[in-house]
Amino acid sequence: MLDVLHNLALGFSVALSPAVLFYAFIGCVIGTLVGVLPGVGPLAGISLLLPATFGMDATRAIVMLAGIYYGAMYGGSTTSILMRIPGEAASVMTCIDGYAMARKGRAGAALAIAAVGSYIAGTVSVVGLMVMAPPLARIALSFGPPEQLALLLLGLLVLAYMSSGSMLKALAMAALGLLLGTIGIDQMTGYMRYVYGVVELGDGLGVVPVAVGLFGVAEILATAGAPTPPAVMKPKLRELLPTLDEWRQSAWPIARGTVLGFLIGILPGSAHIIASFVSYAIERRVSRRPQEFGHGAVAGVAGPESANNSATSGAFVPMLALGVPSGPIPAVMLAALMVHGVAPGPLLIENQPALFWGFIASMYVGNVMLLILNLPLVGVFVNILRVPYPYLYPAVLVFAILGVYAVNNSVVDVWIMLAMGVLGYVLRKLEFETAPIVLGVVLAPLIELSLRQSLAMSAGHYSIFVQRPIAAALLAFGAALVLLNLYTFVRRGLDWRARMALAEKGDSS
Amino acid sequence: MTIDRVSGVGLALFAAVVLEETWRQRLPLGSLANPGPAYFPGALATLLLVAGVAVAALGAGAARASSLDWREWRHGVAIFATCAFCALALERLGYRLTVVIALTFLVGVIERRWPAATGAFALALALGTFWLFDTLLRVPLPRGPFGF
Repeated sequence: MLDVLHNLALGFSVALSPAVLFYAFIGCVIGTLVGVLPGVGPLAGISLLLPATFGMDATRAIVMLAGIYYGAMYGGSTTSILMRIPGEAASVMTCIDGYAMARKGRAGAALAIAAVGSYIAGTVSVVGLMVMAPPLARIALSFGPPEQLALLLLGLLVLAYMSSGSMLKALAMAALGLLLGTIGIDQMTGYMRYVYGVVELGDGLGVVPVAVGLFGVAEILATAGAPTPPAVMKPKLRELLPTLDEWRQSAWPIARGTVLGFLIGILPGSAHIIASFVSYAIERRVSRRPQEFGHGAVAGVAGPESANNSATSGAFVPMLALGVPSGPIPAVMLAALMVHGVAPGPLLIENQPALFWGFIASMYVGNVMLLILNLPLVGVFVNILRVPYPYLYPAVLVFAILGVYAVNNSVVDVWIMLAMGVLGYVLRKLEFETAPIVLGVVLAPLIELSLRQSLAMSAGHYSIFVQRPIAAALLAFGAALVLLNLYTFVRRGLDWRARMALAEKGDSS
Repeated sequence: MTIDRVSGVGLALFAAVVLEETWRQRLPLGSLANPGPAYFPGALATLLLVAGVAVAALGAGAARASSLDWREWRHGVAIFATCAFCALALERLGYRLTVVIALTFLVGVIERRWPAATGAFALALALGTFWLFDTLLRVPLPRGPFGF
C-alpha cells in the first residue's frame, strides 16, 4: 500500500505539472464537446485528434486522448437528457428517464446527477484501476469466446427479464435487433448478407443511426404533431440542482453502477454499452418504485451514467496491464502509445512508472476538471428547453441528420436513421420497448463471432459451453431467468412486470 | 384485432420474409457444428417467427388496435418527407442549402411561424452548425453548387 501511495505521489507530480494539466484540460473540453454533439462520438474524436499528438511526448498525448474519451462519456448524457438523442450507444438508457425528467422540469437535476454520478464513478474506478489492474487483467484474459458468448446472451436475457411489460415482447425486440445486426459482411466467410448492392451496408447498420432513429426521430414523429406538444420549460436557478430526495435516490444506483461498470468494463467487447444497459435493468429490478422507470426515475439516470463512465476506466485495465485492448477506443489509444515508442503490457509499470502513474493521476485530475466544467454548464444547457417546440424539434432534426451523416460521411446512414425513426414510432404505438433493438444491433456481430469461434475451438461440440465453468455459470443464470419467467406464466400469476404494466395502463387511463 | 395480435402477425411476417430472403440469396447454412453465414440470421428469424406467433397467440387481452391514436400522422409524414429530402439533397445541394430549405419548410410552412423569424432561424442554424462541424471540428460536410 505504501508503494502505491509513493507511486501515486510520483504520478501527481507528473499530472499536476502545468503542461500535462493543460493537455488534460484541452482533452476534457474537446471530449465534452464531442460528447454533446450527437454523432461525432469518442472514437471519431480520438481518431481525428490522434495525428495532432504525434509531436507531443507520450504522457501528454495519452493524457489528452484519455481526457477526450471520458469527456465524451460525460458530455454524451447532455443531448440524451435534453433532446432524447443519444450521443452514442452508451447513452441510450439515459435517454429514457433523463428525457422524461427533462419534460417534468427536472432537466437540471438530471444533468447534475449525471455529472456527479460520472465523477464518482470515474474517480472510484480509477482507484480500482490503480489497485487491481494486474489481477483483474488476468481474469479478463480467461474470458475466451465461450465466456464472451455466455456473457452477451446473459446481458440480453437480463435486459429482457428486467424490462417492464412482457418478457416475450422484449425478447422479440432483442431478436429483431440481432437480426438487423447481421446485415453486412459475414466476418468469418466474407459473404454479403441482405445488402442488396448497397456498398455502405457492407459494414452493417451503424449503432448511431439506429439509436438516433429509434429514440430521437421516433420521439419527434410522435410528439411534433400531437394535440398538446411539449410545453416550453423555463427552469429557475433553484430548480437546476437536485433535491435532497433526488440525491438520496441516486446514491445507491451510483454505487452499484460504479462497481458493475468497472467489472464489465474490463471484459472485451462493447463493454460500456452493455454496462449501461445492465445497470438500468438492475436498477429497475431493485427499485421499490419500478413503475417510475420510463417516466423520470432518478435511478434510471444515475445508474447507467455511472456504469458507462466506470466502464471507461475499466477498459484501461487490460490495455495498460496486458497491452490487450478491450474495444475500438482502447485500441486507438494503444496505437497512440505505440506511435510514441511505449509498449503497454506487464512491464509498463516497471519500465515507465512516470507515464503509468502520471496517467492514473491525470484521470483523478481530469474527473475533477470535468465536474467543474460540467456543473456550471448545466445552467447553460437547460436553456435549450426554453426554445418553443416548433423551433426546437426542427433544430434537433438537423443535429440528428448532421450527427448521423458525420460518422461515416454517408447519406445511407441518414436513410437508416429515418427508417429506424419510423420503426421506432410504430413500435412505440404498439407498446414495444426499443432499447433491446439497439443492444441487439451492437451485440449481433459479437455474439455470432464468439459462437463460431467457440465451435471452431471445440471442433463443433456445443459441450464447450458447459465444460468451462465461467461460461456454464453465466448460461445457467440466464436459463434460470427464462425458467423463472416461464414458471410465472405457467402458474398464470402476474409477476412484477405484468403488475407494473397493468399499473401503468391504469395510470394512463 | 388487438395491438398484440397485429404486432405479432407483423413480426412473424417480417421473419418469414427474412427466411425467404436468406434462402433466395443462397447463403450457405453450414451445419450445427460448423455454422455458415445463413445459420445465425436463419436461427434468429426462426426465433422471431416463433416470438411473433406467441405474441399474437397470447395477445387476446391487449388493447384493441382501433383504439390507437394516429392524429399526428400528417405532421409525421411532413417531417418524414423533410428528412427524406435532406437525405436526397445533402450531397447534391450541399449542407447549408439543404438545411436552409428544410428548416424553412418545417418552421415556416408546417409550423406557420413568422417568415422573418423563420428565415433568420434557418440561416443561423445552417451556417452556425456548418461552421461548428466543418470549420472548427474539421468534419467535412458536403458543398453544393458554387461551393456553397
